[in-house]
Amino acid sequence: MRTGSASFKLDDTGRIADAKFKTFGCASAIASSSALTEMIKGIPLVEAEKITNEDIAEYLGGLPKEKMHCSVMGREALEAAIAYYRGIPLPMAEGEVVCECFGVTDLEVKRAIAESNLRTVEEITNFTKAGGGCGKCHDRLEELLREARHEVQQQIIPDKRPGRLTNIQKIKRIEEVLEREIRPALRKDGGDIELIDVDGDFVMVSLRGACVSCKKSQTTLKEYVEKKLREQVLDTLIVEEGK
Amino acid sequence: MNTVYMDNNATTRVAPEVVEVMLPYYSDLYGNPSSMHTFGGQVGRAVEEARGRIAALLGAQPDELIFTSCGTESDSTAILSALQSFPEKRHIVTTRVEHPAVKNLCESLDKLTGHKHRITQLPVNSDGTLDLKLYEESLTDETAIVSAMWANNETGVIFPIKEMAQIAKSRGILFHTDAVQAVGKIPINLSQVPIDFLSLSGHKLHAPKGIGVLYVRKGTPFVPFIIGGHQEHGRRGGTENVASIVGLGKACEMAARQMQDENTRVKALRDKLEDGLLTSIPNSLLNGHKTLRLPNTTNISFEYVEGEAILLHLDRFGICASSGSACTSGSLEPSHVMRAMGVPFTAAHGSIRLSLSVYNTEAEVDFVLEKLPPVIAQLREMSPFWKSEHKGKVGSSQCKCSCS
Repeated sequence: MRTGSASFKLDDTGRIADAKFKTFGCASAIASSSALTEMIKGIPLVEAEKITNEDIAEYLGGLPKEKMHCSVMGREALEAAIAYYRGIPLPMAEGEVVCECFGVTDLEVKRAIAESNLRTVEEITNFTKAGGGCGKCHDRLEELLREARHEVQQQIIPDKRPGRLTNIQKIKRIEEVLEREIRPALRKDGGDIELIDVDGDFVMVSLRGACVSCKKSQTTLKEYVEKKLREQVLDTLIVEEGK
Repeated sequence: MNTVYMDNNATTRVAPEVVEVMLPYYSDLYGNPSSMHTFGGQVGRAVEEARGRIAALLGAQPDELIFTSCGTESDSTAILSALQSFPEKRHIVTTRVEHPAVKNLCESLDKLTGHKHRITQLPVNSDGTLDLKLYEESLTDETAIVSAMWANNETGVIFPIKEMAQIAKSRGILFHTDAVQAVGKIPINLSQVPIDFLSLSGHKLHAPKGIGVLYVRKGTPFVPFIIGGHQEHGRRGGTENVASIVGLGKACEMAARQMQDENTRVKALRDKLEDGLLTSIPNSLLNGHKTLRLPNTTNISFEYVEGEAILLHLDRFGICASSGSACTSGSLEPSHVMRAMGVPFTAAHGSIRLSLSVYNTEAEVDFVLEKLPPVIAQLREMSPFWKSEHKGKVGSSQCKCSCS
């Protein structure tokens, strides 16, 4: 979504005679747009084209980093105006939309990375707003950063710190305890139990057989199953009955 | 330039009467309330007198109050206490519109306790009110505590705390309310409402910053947050903030007396301001329920303009207000309260909160009514979303982003 626009008038020599802006935004956004129109008045269009967001920020005496996108927005508005004047499509809008919340394309992100030497997703957000909404595009932004740095994706090193179980280890150990101790005990009373899922510390199980109709099944779940699993696998586990 | 202060939900002026009673405790009466000697003992008595005054405003017993450093500490203490009292219960019910003091705490409990917790954040209706049926359905046997604000800081919308507390009580679930915005503005009688924990903050009712209270009902299990000396019967260590406690006592006494004024004169001023702005500015929308609301708060969205720009323009006239716009919070999304209510993108960014106090005058309201409409008109002239066809229509903007 475009939250700013710019328009200009050329004189006979191709210089910008006058420029105006519209902005929906905070003080930094209004100031960036206003500064830009001041900067381009009286210079040839080809010169105005070269103004970067960094130039705008500098003209204003600097902008806080989380407001840098305001200066980017100003420059983009001018680009859109120039493209409109020339009757050509806006190059940056051609790209693939990466951030749907703020309608930012990969071309815009790539350019910001290159021009302002961005190194983190947070910096991309500061400069382009991309990634500042739902956060769904953070992986894609990481990818764009890596592409820009010509880096290959780092291998994910499994967590081997003592005391921390990976999900797989957790599930295996839970299954072991279920098989070795819990199931045999429940089967004595005509019941059974099945592991459905493990999500973090939440262990979802389903009670089977006689357990289903047993009034004490909740007590069994908490006082016996959870207790056993906490003792033998991980003391933070929470056992819940999955539906 | 005179300051027109209409940001009383952020903080309030310390009442001159409050400052006056506090001053001796910064000079002659510097004793430690825990000391055995008469010199300290007299300070201890002043603390107890203040406790009595605060209890009277709340309809509580004096020994049910624990002095803390702020509302946030009270909130953290209550919620963490409940979780420690019932370590096997790992479910919390709260709302999507809570103050960050509760919201962010609930969202970081996993890290804090090392356990996984299930958090139910109840949605609100478009007018900011809560659906009691949804609330009731969200409670489970695993629920350790419900934490719901009495009144919302951004919109002033009041939740049905009495009913909610009764439902929680009937299910044996602890109930906490962040009443920071409600205390002193609307009547609260804890002898009639079965709440277990209530948080309040001094600086929201004309006492100084740095003093808060946590009410803990007699019989409610309690685990301290700050552990140290025997102060507050071992429920909160640390030497008492005597001067501020005395000041809060005075402020509560004054609040009890001024409650009538707050709910009549201040409310009338708020209504005049609100009605004036809504009628003189096209495309302006009230955020929050019209009547189930604090008497001092109004929150209005001016479509197609952005809040920070409005605030800075108002600031030039000495008018203090606040906004739910993203730009004022340093994030890119508008306030979580506006989003929870489903306020459209361009309206949420243009939301302005004006919150009054007993110190506001009709002349000040007139001044804002004179200055604000031209500011909105000026900003709309430069807004790319403001088109001529919008004029006269209300609520016509479309939310194209995923902000809702």
